Formats: sequence, structure tokens, C-alpha cells
Amino acid sequence: MSGELKIELGRRYRFAASHRLHNSRFTEEENSRVYGKCNNPYGHGHNYVLEIRVSGDVDPATGMIANLADLDSFVRREVLEDFDQHSLNEDVPAFREKIPTTENLCIEIFERLKNSPMARLESVRIQETANNSFEYTGR
Amino acid sequence: MVYLTRKIEFSASHRYDNPAFSPEENRRIFGKCNNPHGHGHNYKLEVTVAGEPDPATGMVLDLKELKEILEREVMQRMDHRHLNYEVAELQGQIPTCENIARVIWNLLEPKIKQGKLHRVRLYESPDLFADCYRNGAGGARTK
Repeated sequence: MSGELKIELGRRYRFAASHRLHNSRFTEEENSRVYGKCNNPYGHGHNYVLEIRVSGDVDPATGMIANLADLDSFVRREVLEDFDQHSLNEDVPAFREKIPTTENLCIEIFERLKNSPMARLESVRIQETANNSFEYTGR
Repeated sequence: MVYLTRKIEFSASHRYDNPAFSPEENRRIFGKCNNPHGHGHNYKLEVTVAGEPDPATGMVLDLKELKEILEREVMQRMDHRHLNYEVAELQGQIPTCENIARVIWNLLEPKIKQGKLHRVRLYESPDLFADCYRNGAGGARTK
């Protein structure tokens, strides 16, 4: 068999946040055409599900790629505290410039987590609703 | 290439404890998972096999056969068992999701003759899982 065996750990987190999709360089009509209901002036929110996958060697002493408590507090500090129960447009500096679509949210969260001290970040996948999900692997 | 995924569910108990650590270290590292009498999960396993459909049958592999392999290799070994005491392949290892997924991979890979085992994903809970695959296996990153 070719290729060594690779193990990844997947972990899901939840946060609730509001956003509005609006590009100030577009006219009102263009914004409305491009973003539809997502352009409604006062925004709306989602219960986002964030799924991350990390890889690394499984420590024989613990059986783990990364200590879960450490991983959870890292994600809480780097992402959840800034995003949960917040407005993405108003409260997250990256979205002053960028449109807070879930595509851009994946990229922003990947950037925040990619220097994890405990394991290599492989992927960030976000479910915006039960029917929409987006994934970014840094490439 | 087509990717076929079969899911099964099994229930098992386990405990995280490394005899090389002191009781305090075990407690600190493993937390509640170190509780002396263990605890259990409803594990959900997704097994993905990759291959080209056989032109005669239209199948990558016969699902009945995969079902039987999973019954024999996983269900009979792990369902309603204590992973620390009753699964020979896990002896000497902490029965984490990572280690169980690897054990399952090693049990299944030689048994799958049509197509190739592509990925084993083991959920310990809806929010925690491990994936096992061969490095360089391209193709679908099936959900």
C-alpha cells in the first residue's frame, strides 16, 4: 500500500453571529440584486457550526494528536470569544473591508487558527445553515 | 473514481489511563475520561471505499460484502464491549478516537478486495471525530 497512514482529529464548535452582506462600492440596486435578502439593512444571524481538522503524530503516551482541552481553549480564545453573539460586520475588524460571507469567514478563521501550537491545521469547514457548508484548506 | 460510504453505529465503554503516569497526572491530562470505572459512547463509523464501478454490476464493491466485513471486523469486536479490556488490538494503547480509527483502518484495509479503502471516520460524539487515510489519497473529501 502506498502512502503512510495519516490521522486527523476533527472537532466541532458552535457560535451565533449576525451579518449583513453589503458592498459599499455597489449601488443599492446592485447590492439588492447580488445579495438578495442577505442585504436587508439591519442584518440577520445564523447558528454557525465550525468544524476544524488537525493532523499530527498521535502521542503514544496519551493516544492523542492534541490535548482536547488545550485545543478547545485555543479555539475559544482565537475565534469563539470574538465571534459568538457578535456582529461580524461591526465587531470583527477583518469584516470592515471584506464581505462577511461564509467563504470569507472560513478564510478568516483559518488564518486565526493556522498557527496552532498543538497540531497542524488541515481544514476549516463552516455550516452556515443545515443546507449550506463551506470549506477552506489554506490552498 | 467513485467514493462509496457506509455508516454503522456501535456502543462501547472505555477509560483513559496511562499506567506510566501518576494518578494526579492521569487526572490532569485526561480529566473526566480518567474516571475509574470508565464511561461509554455511541460511536458512529463512516467507511469510504474508492474505486471504479464494475461495468457488469455497476458497483464499486458489493455493499452486502462490505456490510459483512463491518459486522465481523468491527461490530463483533467492539459493539457492547469495554475497549480497554476486550479488544486485543487496543491493548497497550489509550482507546482515543485517533487510536480506535487506526485500529479499524488496519482491520478493514486487508479485507477490502474490490476498490480501495479511502477513509475511516469515527465519531465519538457529534462534535469529536478522527479521520484515518493514506497520505496522498486524493479525491473527494467526503463530508
